[in-house]
Amino acid sequence: MPEPAIALTDVVFAWPGRGGFSLHCPTFEMAPGESVLLLGASGSGKSTLLSLICGIVAADRGRVSVDGTDLGTLGAGARDRFRAERIGVIFQQFNLLPYARVADNILLPLQFAPARRARAGDAAGEAARLCAALGLPGDVLAMQAGRLSVGQQQRVAVARALIGAPPVIVADEPTSALDAATQDAFLALLFDQAGAAGSSLLMVSHDERLGARFDRVIRLEDIVSAQGVAA
Amino acid sequence: MILRLAIGSLLARALTVGMTVLAIALSVALFLGVEKVRTGARASFADTISGTDLIVGARSGSVQLLLYSVFRIGNATNNVSWESYQDIAARPEVDWIVPISLGDSHRQFRVMGTTPAFFEHYKYRGGRSLEIREGHGLGDLYDAVIGADVAAALGYAVGDGIVVSHGLASFTDHDDQPFRIAGIIAKTGTPVDRTVIVSLEAIEAIHVDWQSGAQGQGRTTPVEVIRAMDLTPKAITAALVGTESRLQIFGLQRWINEYAEEPLLAILPGVALSELWQIVGVAETALMGVSLMVVVTALLGMTAMIFSSLNERRREMAIWRAMGARPGTILGLLVLEAMLMAAAGAVAGMALLYLGLVVAQPWIDAAFGIWLPIEAPRPREILVLATVIAAAGLASLLPALRAYRLSLADGMMVRI
Repeated sequence: MPEPAIALTDVVFAWPGRGGFSLHCPTFEMAPGESVLLLGASGSGKSTLLSLICGIVAADRGRVSVDGTDLGTLGAGARDRFRAERIGVIFQQFNLLPYARVADNILLPLQFAPARRARAGDAAGEAARLCAALGLPGDVLAMQAGRLSVGQQQRVAVARALIGAPPVIVADEPTSALDAATQDAFLALLFDQAGAAGSSLLMVSHDERLGARFDRVIRLEDIVSAQGVAA
Repeated sequence: MILRLAIGSLLARALTVGMTVLAIALSVALFLGVEKVRTGARASFADTISGTDLIVGARSGSVQLLLYSVFRIGNATNNVSWESYQDIAARPEVDWIVPISLGDSHRQFRVMGTTPAFFEHYKYRGGRSLEIREGHGLGDLYDAVIGADVAAALGYAVGDGIVVSHGLASFTDHDDQPFRIAGIIAKTGTPVDRTVIVSLEAIEAIHVDWQSGAQGQGRTTPVEVIRAMDLTPKAITAALVGTESRLQIFGLQRWINEYAEEPLLAILPGVALSELWQIVGVAETALMGVSLMVVVTALLGMTAMIFSSLNERRREMAIWRAMGARPGTILGLLVLEAMLMAAAGAVAGMALLYLGLVVAQPWIDAAFGIWLPIEAPRPREILVLATVIAAAGLASLLPALRAYRLSLADGMMVRI
């Protein structure tokens, strides 16, 4: 039986000096290649959960495992390297370094991930292929990221998350800055490309209407109990 | 790629970064400029006299004697009698001796009485001799040879007549005995350029009717009579001495300093010059200190700028962190940006300095007689620039450490 893409077991975490916000997740699992929509209201601990999965913070207790690796066994630096190698991240908005060219934005995670860079092969060619697949203009790679529309920036963020085919894609409300028509097209492209890369997709949102596209929809309160006020 | 992104980040904040770079550039230009003037002044002073073993004058301070006899700065408090001068000249250690007589002026320039031997023995800039660019040396009693700056400033040419004024700031002219410009000396970069040279006898001649610094009333001795007179001076201001052997310098110096007939002072120009540097050194150090503080202020301004930009860059740092950058990478990025700003400031400062030199070099030379060479940066200047860049990196550690802590706390979850 293959290792789960993400597995949390009896995880407890409390932010130091953040109003005492703490989170307890008894169990949560995602299979490889699975797409999961995690629904939760603002302040319910979504960002904290993503920080734990991405290895930005380490659990005080319990086990966080991503792509078969127990993050608790890694130091802070190793978790940063692990994140670069195995996880593609898409934010709600302001995903890109606005002063950098699109190509540099897409290739940035490969700077910190030699194995992922090797997987990507011809990284510049792969960036161009992803941009084309995501419906971005042919000359977009040379453009300054800050000059693109919000929708184009989100698609560049998808290309950046997918380059080098990381096993896990984490998306934090990536459609909230897009209008309804663009949301659909964006999600279709995201699912196509994540499927083509064989990546698991964990998306966090408060929009229940997105659920139809996902293999599973989970409410955050069903897997997490939180206390205090989240950041 | 990281370097390209750091440059891109700086360019994206062109206005604030530009102001910071300009502040660093100006401070670097000031610091290097002060250093340039300091070394230029030292070199110009050191180059002024060469090959003279001793300078002899009335007993006063060694720096004072050096200043009035060589640099025409200040005045002698007393003279050296002609008898004493002849006693010194007769010493077996003396190879050559050149008397000089100062005290009169022409317009803003000093007039110096001397002998043709001055042109033979006065050496500057490592042994270079004076070269008469136009005309010839002192021949007739009323011949004057002028320095290049005198000719340039007053528009004189060979054959022009000039009148010497009595003293340094008087309204009384020796207009009964005008001089004729016999020669113009090529530019030397020394006080000679700003000197009117006449013969020792000429100084005596124009003072024939003068007693105790005042003109005798109604007495005007005809020039023909003066020419026939014995014009051997009664006193001179100072004398430049060359010895037969350098080993004899100290013996001769001691003999002159212990000369019983008259209180005299013999100095070694190099030693007096280093005494002068000791005096000037305090001002130099203060000036260097002030310009160093300007550099420090510019770097503090840069640090403040980085600090103030941290909050608006938290999102950017979160993106770096999400892509796998360690907090240490964020720290390194900010230090790199600071060093790039300092490097740009250093290069711009150097460019400003050279631009300033091109513009101000002739003026500084004409006004102060200090020649500031335009040459490739010296290792010391390169070291200063490297130190500024390193100091910028060090100063940026404060905001960079704050960014490090922020990126640890924020992770990749900053909401804007």
